[in-house]
Amino acid sequence: MPEYGQAWYKRLYDWLERRLQLEGPIKDAVLHPVPKSTASWWYVFGSASLVLLILQIVTGILLGLVYAPTAADAWTSLQVLNHQLPLGWFLRAMHGWGSNFMVAVVLIHMAQVFLFGAYKFPREFTWILGVFMLLMTLGMAFTGQVLRFDQDAYWGLGIGASIVGRIPLVGGQLVDLMLGGPIINGATLTRFFALHVFIIPGTLLAFTALHVWMVLKLGINEWPMPGRIVRRETYIRDYNHLAHTDGIPFVPGAVWKDLVFSAAVIFAVAFCAGMFGPFGPKGVPDPTIINTVPKPDFFFLWIYTILSFLPPDMETPFILIAPVVGVIILVALPLVAGVGEKSWWRRPVAVFSVMFIAICFGVFTQLGTTTPWSPYMNAWSGAPVPVQFLERRTPLERQGANVLQEKQCRNCHALGGLGGERGPALDSVATRLTEDQLIRQVLLGGGNMPAYGSALSPAETTALVRFLETLHPHYQPPASDASRQVVGQAGVPANSTVQRGGGQAAVH
Amino acid sequence: MDEKLPPPNPEEQEQRLEQERVTRRTFLMNVGIGLNALVVLALATPVVGYLLGPVLRRKNYRDWVTIGNASDFMPGETTLITYRNPFQEPWDGETANIPAYVRCSEDGKYTVFAINCAHLGCPVRWFSESQLFMCPCHGGIYYADGSRASGPPERGLFTYEMKVENGKLMIRAGQLPTLRNRASAAPCPSAGEPKAPAVVTRIESCPSTDRPGTSASTIG
Repeated sequence: MPEYGQAWYKRLYDWLERRLQLEGPIKDAVLHPVPKSTASWWYVFGSASLVLLILQIVTGILLGLVYAPTAADAWTSLQVLNHQLPLGWFLRAMHGWGSNFMVAVVLIHMAQVFLFGAYKFPREFTWILGVFMLLMTLGMAFTGQVLRFDQDAYWGLGIGASIVGRIPLVGGQLVDLMLGGPIINGATLTRFFALHVFIIPGTLLAFTALHVWMVLKLGINEWPMPGRIVRRETYIRDYNHLAHTDGIPFVPGAVWKDLVFSAAVIFAVAFCAGMFGPFGPKGVPDPTIINTVPKPDFFFLWIYTILSFLPPDMETPFILIAPVVGVIILVALPLVAGVGEKSWWRRPVAVFSVMFIAICFGVFTQLGTTTPWSPYMNAWSGAPVPVQFLERRTPLERQGANVLQEKQCRNCHALGGLGGERGPALDSVATRLTEDQLIRQVLLGGGNMPAYGSALSPAETTALVRFLETLHPHYQPPASDASRQVVGQAGVPANSTVQRGGGQAAVH
Repeated sequence: MDEKLPPPNPEEQEQRLEQERVTRRTFLMNVGIGLNALVVLALATPVVGYLLGPVLRRKNYRDWVTIGNASDFMPGETTLITYRNPFQEPWDGETANIPAYVRCSEDGKYTVFAINCAHLGCPVRWFSESQLFMCPCHGGIYYADGSRASGPPERGLFTYEMKVENGKLMIRAGQLPTLRNRASAAPCPSAGEPKAPAVVTRIESCPSTDRPGTSASTIG
């Protein structure tokens, strides 16, 4: 019976609640007691990941109102979003920065869960689902990069196809399946669109629901204390005891920190979006424009680096086996180490693993940003020989400097800090290699340098080596071949203390 | 002596009936599940076929494409050409324009190289002064004949199957060159080394130097 004394919204609420009957379960969920120690700033990353996921869905749907998922028009539709629709650029920027933040926050969440031992009994399956959610988040980042259908996306797909093509037996078929045809074209973009917009997000949402459900049912992991051992027989009883004797209701006791942090993260995304703008799109996805330097997005730069440093014969086994082993280790972790110590004070291997992985990630990303292994394609025409290397040189030596430029040596060799870094800098090469060694190195190559024997005339070689011979600091002489000197002095170096025939007499 | 069992009391009777009823209903439910399984199976066949379409159509992917007059390519030069991919959809846009390098050696033999680095498929650039192909991604370098010079690639550049017909240079194109079915391939043998054994030449890695115009393909 409606009570007419109540405000209209209360009556509306009652009317709905009598039919929905959701108040009970929701109250149970938000008021369930959690150990007081979990109301910590360390426990905010999971909820922030969820909030970022919601942000991505909202901004993604808004972009979907305009984006044209065809190879011919995708790039143009992004330009329209960037430049013609009011605040379209900001939405693209929010979605792009939201993606970066989501990967980062998910990784931090994972590291925190690992260090706090939260994956142990009874939360093993929460962790395993989380591993697949991480993979899906990375999958979203990669497929999103493809939908930004520019040059990087095009060649990034080529890299993906090259990796898939290395799988034994079915590699070729899998490449066709991945590209939706024989080559990167319209069919490729539409299937990556379906992956990015329907398949992966749908699965990710379902997994997220299960993940959060288990967090509610199994309780938030208590703050790990050294010596408080997880045992299958006693843990649940101990946890419930802790939650009820030293607990607080989740709302508002713990949730306020989640809310503050989530707001801060969303604000940070909006700030970056406003300050730095959207990502690309870079050049049009026209494969005939080959003057491009494809690079993956930030979170895949480390893979790009590893692919550069692996020896050729190790590469295929590594890139096919390492990811599988990595996923198996992550999935097996809670099954193998499901009980025992939770505290990081008693788990040095865990702590050092996280530090090691973080440092590797940082170093590889830094290297991927600077890419010292790539030739600088324009250095031969864009980076002049510094004047100090041309002063007081003979015409022949200066001609050698010309050869150095013309033959693209500078694409891999720096001079005066300019040029490629693939090979060693040549500023003081004369102190390291003698004339003969220089000639040999130039003509035959070796140590990852191509042989120039067929691309240089004898005259060019002579001029080039003469110039290289002058590249040494004034205080350090060029390397010289001692045996040549000996031959020139009829077998005895000029300043030798060894006197032929007289040595014996001097001893007596 | 009464060997008859006492008749079941009404409660027991009710229970037995209940069990029987449930069995009958369970049976009907199982029939329902079975029917749905059949429907799913019937639906799954076209769905799987649809999903595997890109693999099932593999044989149609490559076709002969004319890339120009053979006489347009000067001996001793390597030229960047582009062609329209033979296998395309109307909405492919610019992605259907594919570049390639045509090399005409001093003695008039043609080789057509794919643009894609054999390492990870990035577009290699030709430098005629140093007679090298350089890759911007991980620094793979190839000599003018396509053989590997340095860097991470484990083999030389991919070549197209090609032929000269009525003075026109034609290549068999349409498919993205990757290492395909083999997980590894030997680098091009240099002059002194023996050629790769016949088993692995299905995907020829090196430009053929002895038979002009009939170099075996790597693409496909």
